[in-house]
Amino acid sequence: MEFGPHLLLASLEGATTAAVLALTAMGLSIVFGVMRVVNVAHGEFYMLGAVLAWFIATSVGTHPALGFVAALLIAPLLVGFLAAGVDRLILRHINYDPERTIVATIGTLYILQQTTLMTFGPDARPVEPPFNSRIALPWFEWGENGFEFYFPWGLSTTSYKLFVIAAAVVILITLWLAITRTKAGLIMRATQQDSDMAQAFGIPVKTVYSVVFGLGAGLAAIGAVLVVPIQQAYYLMGHDPLLLSFIVVIIGGLGSLPGTIIAAILIGISDGIISVFFTPTLAKIFATLVVAMVLVFRPTGLLGKSTS
Amino acid sequence: MNETSKSHSLHLGLIAVLALSYFVLPAYHSGNLASVMVIAIYAMGYNLLFGYTGLLSLGHALFFSAGLYGLGLVMHLANWTPLPAFAAGLIAALVVSAVIGFLILRTTGVAFMIVTLMFAQAGYLTILYFGKYTRGDEGFALKQASRQIAGYDLTDPGVRYFCALLLFSVTLLGLAYIIRAPFGRTLIAIRENEERARMLGYNVTAIKLKAVILSGVVSGASGATYALLFGYAGATFATVQYSIFPLLWVLVGGAGTTVGPFIGALFMFYLIDYASGKTEAYLLVVGVTLVLVTLFLPHGIVGTIRTRFLRWLP
Repeated sequence: MEFGPHLLLASLEGATTAAVLALTAMGLSIVFGVMRVVNVAHGEFYMLGAVLAWFIATSVGTHPALGFVAALLIAPLLVGFLAAGVDRLILRHINYDPERTIVATIGTLYILQQTTLMTFGPDARPVEPPFNSRIALPWFEWGENGFEFYFPWGLSTTSYKLFVIAAAVVILITLWLAITRTKAGLIMRATQQDSDMAQAFGIPVKTVYSVVFGLGAGLAAIGAVLVVPIQQAYYLMGHDPLLLSFIVVIIGGLGSLPGTIIAAILIGISDGIISVFFTPTLAKIFATLVVAMVLVFRPTGLLGKSTS
Repeated sequence: MNETSKSHSLHLGLIAVLALSYFVLPAYHSGNLASVMVIAIYAMGYNLLFGYTGLLSLGHALFFSAGLYGLGLVMHLANWTPLPAFAAGLIAALVVSAVIGFLILRTTGVAFMIVTLMFAQAGYLTILYFGKYTRGDEGFALKQASRQIAGYDLTDPGVRYFCALLLFSVTLLGLAYIIRAPFGRTLIAIRENEERARMLGYNVTAIKLKAVILSGVVSGASGATYALLFGYAGATFATVQYSIFPLLWVLVGGAGTTVGPFIGALFMFYLIDYASGKTEAYLLVVGVTLVLVTLFLPHGIVGTIRTRFLRWLP
């Protein structure tokens, strides 16, 4: 393949990554924005979404589409309730102290990951996509005979990958409308701006925290259910999404939701392009160092506002 | 006895008990104890920064592996003898912690933890990237013949045990001294109230940088000792898990206590050893312990004994 088509292919792969990443990172960002805590177990909620999707899809098991839809509806709900339980049982009792929360969620990370190892096992297992037709893509060029287009070998995507992008866009728009246009969203924003004042106005802040923590984990689980027909469910799969979500949330500005989306698109697509043209390890080293440097020299992120 | 002599007796007593243990315990347990003493050095280095200065790092595996590879690579590739190689390990840790410390101290709180995590991750990936020399996750073994100091064979269990004990004792007494010295008192002042320490005229950033470097060098010394005594270096030691372990040991034992890191490392070593005999998912005990300690034992074992019973504990 020539450079142009190759770049288009890399960007398409990157767009799928970006879509899933936007959902996952949005979960982390909402939790940080409202509760001011970093959830290190976020990657494990993602992993649980994928693993539960496998359990649900195999137990429904008639048509792949039926199992997938069931997984997409049930898995994020289960993960959300589990996360709300973690909030009630652990985080509430340490008063959301930032450092102790990090230690407690590291503990939760190991508990979830190792419990999955004991039940689901060490194998990677696939979930069948509901539909998966290959779509060849044309490439346009100015040749000797003027404008022409052809189908380069290897330049293709699947209908499922396009569905992932569309689904992520729909879910994020729904989320945006819910936060800005509904009563529940208003309560959430009030808690984010000043939890003491919200409490004084009769908002059950602790319940809001549980719901927000569950919502954040649920978003990661949705991302995982969407990705599991492309990748596979595996008990250690939460590691990369966690680091990438950190990177996205930091680059986008801690707690800034539009920043998170922009950064997810930026990181996802550049991840796709970099991993096609460079060795993945070098790309990861570079990306990690860049993010560390952003935090060092611009701690509020690219779009973040400074908090006093 | 006043508090100073009480704490001296505690430290010397612990060292004496450890020395005697070698002759009393069966070979299996004295072998374990040698490992525990080496990782306790790592935990003590971590404790200086976390327990005394109040900086929670999630990237100390970078300093540990700087020492590990600093010694390992020059012995493996350039056939250096152990003592200069040990110095190379310390210098590697010194350089890495000075550079990283300079950068990370610009951040505070949650950002500090994430930045340390990111740098350690970059370090781990760098070790994988130079897999030609480091052999990546698989790692490399140091030749038995090269692990000799002045005729003593470091692969012999007895020599290894007392070599570990020597370095453990030096670290324990050295850090106990530093913490009682004005420098250590300043670290505690920064932990308790950074703003006030600054108001009193201390150059907080410079002092913190010294703490990061000292903590990094001690952690690196532990890594170098580990490679030398157990003859193996691998990228596993640079993973996030090995940044979490010292945090775990210090939290369990008691942050900001001199013997807490050793107690925590000993307790967790045997707990993980027991669990790994029972199940493949032995890291579950790490998770459960972290959550339980955070919820119910925020001062750790030694810290709780100090608040409840023995106020003088160092």
